Amino acid sequence: MTTAEKIGADERLIQGFSKNKAQLPGSKRIASLREQAILDFQKLGLPGRKSEEYKYSNVQPLFKEEASLVNTNLPAANGFSIEQFQLPGLKENTAVLVNGVFSPAHSSLNKLPKGVIVCSLKEAFSKNEKLVEQHYSKYAQSGTDAFLALSTSFAGDGVFVYVPDNTIAEQAIHIISVVTGSTPSLIFPRNLFIIGKNSGVQIVESFAAHALSAKSICIAVTEVFVDENAKAQYYKLQEDSGSASLISATHARQERNSHFDTNTVTLSGEWIRNNLEIALEGENCETHLNGLFLTEGKQHVDNHTLVDHRKPHCQSNQLYKGILGDKSTGVFNGKIFVRPDAQKTNAYQSSRNILLSDDASINTKPQLEIYADDVKCSHGSTTGQLNEDAMFYLRSRGLSTDSARNLLLSAFANDVLETVRIKELKDHLDELVRKRLEK
Amino acid sequence: MLQIKNLHAGIEGKEILKGINLDVKAGEVHAIMGPNGSGKSTLSSVLAGKEEYEVSEGEVKFKGKDLLELSPEDRAREGLFLAFQYPVEIPGVSNINFLKTAINEIRAYRGQGPMDAKEFLAKVKEKQAFVEMTGNLANRSVNEGFSGGEKKRNEIFQLAMLEPVLAVLDETDSGLDIDALRIVANGVNKLRSKDRAFVVITHYQRLLDHIVPDVVHVLFDGKIVKSGGKELALELEKKGYDWIKKEAAIA
Ligand SMILES: Nc1ncnc2c1ncn2[C@@H]1O[C@H](COP(=O)(O)OP(=O)(O)OP(=O)(O)O)[C@@H](O)[C@H]1O
Ligand SMILES: [Mg+2]
Repeated sequence: MTTAEKIGADERLIQGFSKNKAQLPGSKRIASLREQAILDFQKLGLPGRKSEEYKYSNVQPLFKEEASLVNTNLPAANGFSIEQFQLPGLKENTAVLVNGVFSPAHSSLNKLPKGVIVCSLKEAFSKNEKLVEQHYSKYAQSGTDAFLALSTSFAGDGVFVYVPDNTIAEQAIHIISVVTGSTPSLIFPRNLFIIGKNSGVQIVESFAAHALSAKSICIAVTEVFVDENAKAQYYKLQEDSGSASLISATHARQERNSHFDTNTVTLSGEWIRNNLEIALEGENCETHLNGLFLTEGKQHVDNHTLVDHRKPHCQSNQLYKGILGDKSTGVFNGKIFVRPDAQKTNAYQSSRNILLSDDASINTKPQLEIYADDVKCSHGSTTGQLNEDAMFYLRSRGLSTDSARNLLLSAFANDVLETVRIKELKDHLDELVRKRLEK
Repeated sequence: MLQIKNLHAGIEGKEILKGINLDVKAGEVHAIMGPNGSGKSTLSSVLAGKEEYEVSEGEVKFKGKDLLELSPEDRAREGLFLAFQYPVEIPGVSNINFLKTAINEIRAYRGQGPMDAKEFLAKVKEKQAFVEMTGNLANRSVNEGFSGGEKKRNEIFQLAMLEPVLAVLDETDSGLDIDALRIVANGVNKLRSKDRAFVVITHYQRLLDHIVPDVVHVLFDGKIVKSGGKELALELEKKGYDWIKKEAAIA
């Protein structure tokens, strides 16, 4: 961990940008955002050991190896079927990214209501320039985090979702982000979701690796704008293969009377960092942040959340649960800001974790900063082993240790899974979790 | 069916059971009484296989097998059941689901296939009626938010579902109202058979009015200091434990 290595990685990235920027898509405005972002990155640098935000998630080793930038080259899309990643009941509206690049061949978007746009971000850069410029890089600001800066500099594609005012998309939209290949890669999928007034949408994003035989780092950023009275749900399902690392950031802005629910389920992946930030910009908003992670081996999963209560009468609710086995490590850091204006705020946060082995560990840290006086805020965090009395009770009725353990862990996980409101997805997740627990 | 010989057991180096001898035959009902802290629950925990308790001496035979060698689940599969003094609450695990798993694992142990869903549901219905339990309780999470009496009733419901050969009831009567006491006692009486035995731990004669025991034992300071017929319970009810303690001190 010498300074030379750190400088090395930063510089490599900055040089990579100079080399590639001419081919990156977007208007002049986007190009100037990129230039600004790389300056931001230059200032911030990859977080080091001293970075408070990445204290327990050391990113330096990830960038030690030479990772080539593949995001500007269209990947060969031959020879794999998307079916393995599709979910029953969610096949109609599938938007597929292969190594961060929208793949029309794998996508099928047949059941979109009138006016709803789901397309590649690259396409939106030119066809929906106004909308993009109005929202892009506004909620995820490149000056605040090195990875946001890198994303804004490099990202050339992703999924653009636009739901006009007064429109309910009945069918969920499923984004499948596939990482594949045999060369080490660094990719930057970037999504922008704009949900109009009085509208509703459900978006599921799966992160999956396919025949990945080299190290890959995915820096995925999603911005969500939820306009007045709109209801949006965003589910993330992370099941990358062993050699994939994922830094995933979601930045949402909610306007008056809007509802936004997120659910982040992490089942595999070597090294995962999730940043989830929600700004409650109007009164009467409701937001739910749920997360479940099951770790094994030497996996590392870090969930950082920030709910920024800027206006009165909003409600936020967070529930994150982790089941950590083997030598895996976890982090939960939940910030809640309640600004002076945000009277009558209700903000709850709960982080519950079960350690299945003596070598597994988790760092949890709630951070409540409250500047208004008429608010209800609470947080709770527990980390422990499986309840031994419950285990004994079940075994004394004839259940094997494994069945007793699985029953208790499923019940534990179910508190999060039952918040999933797409039935097919809930069933799928139940099944995945059941299989994982039975392993 | 159950033979306990000179059983010594304790926890963290502290001896609690100091030489228990007990012989329970099929078809019998034994009552164990005794002052608080004398070791009654410890005895039932040791029988059920709670790992915190270390057995330092003695042996326990169940249906001729060395009970202490078996895991808690295998004891249950062999037909031992403990109705807990303090049943734990298990949020998120449904009563019915867990009982189905229990029954099927017990059946698998005995070389039988899983019970079919219809048969299982019919059994649930029958046994619920048997302990006059509402459907709602059976479908809820195990003991979660149950009142004290409901928890005890749920123990008897599980007992009825699992049909053990030896049931140990640890103060199942505590916390029951008069009707529930009658229901639980009737339940046990209906389950009495020549192949099944009960060990009933209680502080009160009134339960033994309903479940008439063959033998009554007094456990004091980790030992059974007196055994007798059902009259012994009446005598204890009248005189308390002082005379027993004195007798034990002399002996
Ligand atoms: N897990 C434990 N750790 C420490 N001491 C224990 C433990 N379990 C039992 N004991 C002690 O052993 C003694 C016997 O306890 P036990 O619960 O067996 O009594 P009991 O006869 O069931 O009493 P009660 O009538 O109050 O239910 C008590 O002094 C108790 O404090
Ligand atoms: Mg007791």
